[in-house]
Amino acid sequence: MRKEFSLAIKKIAIARPEVLFLTGDLGFMALEDVRKALGKRFINAGVSEQNMVTMAAGLASQGHTVICYSIAPFAVFRPAEQIRLDVCLHNMDVKIVGNGGGYGYGIMGATHHAIEDIAVLSSYQNMRCYIPFCNEDVEAGVAAAMKRKGPAYLRLGYGVKPASFQMPAYEVAGLIASGDKLTIACMGPVALNAFKALEVLKQKDIADLFVIREVPLPELPEKFLDSVKKTKKLLVIEEHVARGGLGEHLSLFLMKKGIGCTMIHRHALGYPGGLYGSQSYHQKVCGLDSEALAITIKELA
Amino acid sequence: MAKIRELAGIKKKCLAKILGMYKKANAGHIGASLSCLDILIYLFFHKIKSADKFILSKGHAALGLYVVLGESGRMDKAALDTFYKDGTFLAAHPPCNGVIKDIPFGTGSLGHGLSLAVGIAFSTRFSKAKFKVYCVLSDGDCNEGSTWEAALFAAQHKLDNLVVIIDKNNLQGFGKTRDVVNLDPMGKKWEAFNFDVATALDGNDFAAIDKAFNELAVKRSRRPKCIIANTIKGSGVSYMANKMEWHYLPMSDEQYKKALKENGLQDA
Repeated sequence: MRKEFSLAIKKIAIARPEVLFLTGDLGFMALEDVRKALGKRFINAGVSEQNMVTMAAGLASQGHTVICYSIAPFAVFRPAEQIRLDVCLHNMDVKIVGNGGGYGYGIMGATHHAIEDIAVLSSYQNMRCYIPFCNEDVEAGVAAAMKRKGPAYLRLGYGVKPASFQMPAYEVAGLIASGDKLTIACMGPVALNAFKALEVLKQKDIADLFVIREVPLPELPEKFLDSVKKTKKLLVIEEHVARGGLGEHLSLFLMKKGIGCTMIHRHALGYPGGLYGSQSYHQKVCGLDSEALAITIKELA
Repeated sequence: MAKIRELAGIKKKCLAKILGMYKKANAGHIGASLSCLDILIYLFFHKIKSADKFILSKGHAALGLYVVLGESGRMDKAALDTFYKDGTFLAAHPPCNGVIKDIPFGTGSLGHGLSLAVGIAFSTRFSKAKFKVYCVLSDGDCNEGSTWEAALFAAQHKLDNLVVIIDKNNLQGFGKTRDVVNLDPMGKKWEAFNFDVATALDGNDFAAIDKAFNELAVKRSRRPKCIIANTIKGSGVSYMANKMEWHYLPMSDEQYKKALKENGLQDA
């Protein structure tokens, strides 16, 4: 999604002179065009994420909208306190952009993964997390994050939309497949694995498949609530640990609404056995690959 | 702007207020406020122009700042009566809600202030606004890696509108700085980070602070500035001076009376 992000942010930043772009010394083969287009408004802050984020808050206090870019683990965890205090508590217009959310950086290993990022950031005051589910979804996600004044986190990943489905319009819960027996809620590109699972099963009409694009959940559309009421079975899929992820956010949301259902949760498990591999490998280990999801869906439907 | 010779009278007023408020609140951090009180008075009564910005990185000296802002007419003095009480915006550390114009950011976790100041100073590259940003750091602030990240950035981008003042009292949270992580030679460190550096030999003396500022002014370089102010924690109160515990302790009735008496003050 880096390419799509670069194109989208370049367009917005050109139109909005108050936008500044900071990077923590990353962006090779991705941000060159942004740098060229923004000139002095593109600043390489060096490998110093803590200073980058707090400085962004300082710049935002003077009227700027500031983007802080790095790979997801470095963008979130190193400056976690800076995001909490200087950006979120002060409600500054700073957008944290993390590339490679989840196991996105695969064989680079655990230091380069971000599987607890939503848990941390969604608990911060004023913060809203935006999670596009495929490359084609990035432009709308970037637009939403940039439109809302205040702290935002954009979790980028890798995901090519299959030709076989139409992009749903941007909303918090977008419907990408419809069915009767099961409701599926996914966060991020792992939704594409669920979609593929439905295709493999050749039973697309067994499940309503939703992509959830924003956390904490502001409000969910009636069609999602009606689906859960109808199927009474909710499969939540996310490349994020169970604690603080979409599953917990949805549980609370539905319980507050008094909507009962059985929840089945497929999520990141960390590093069972201490082994590393590609993103696909980690997804397989966690039962997040399309084959495992097809089995899960078949059992539930 | 007050003249240097007028600052002593202002200090007396501020000191009485500070001691009285700490006593009333039964609160600690007295030593920290007294350490940088002269710097704060110098800045807000003599140096800072209306467009300039200020960040107190050592947020634990908040009461010193509140009182100086109140006495200089930059903050509603009546609000000072709410200090430390439930429902106040004047907590032990500066508020994060922007209610006080001259406190643009809440601080209290060390190592944030300089990055905030750098961000604000850097914004003038885009706005072309003319202002200086003053930032007061403690020894503890200089333990934090993020402070040095900010220093590197400030020098890289030649932020000559940034003025850092180190309130160097040689004490930190749980020991003497030289026994915990020695920061000396402090001035040489900032010089090595490409700052213009001047030292106030006595950072609790207005004339010495002024001399250091004047030294920097004549350099006319494009570098960010740093003043090493050699201060005394708990300055002005004999039993607090250079004592780490006065970071934490509140005053007993006797101690409060003694502090007032030593400074020729009445209970405010």
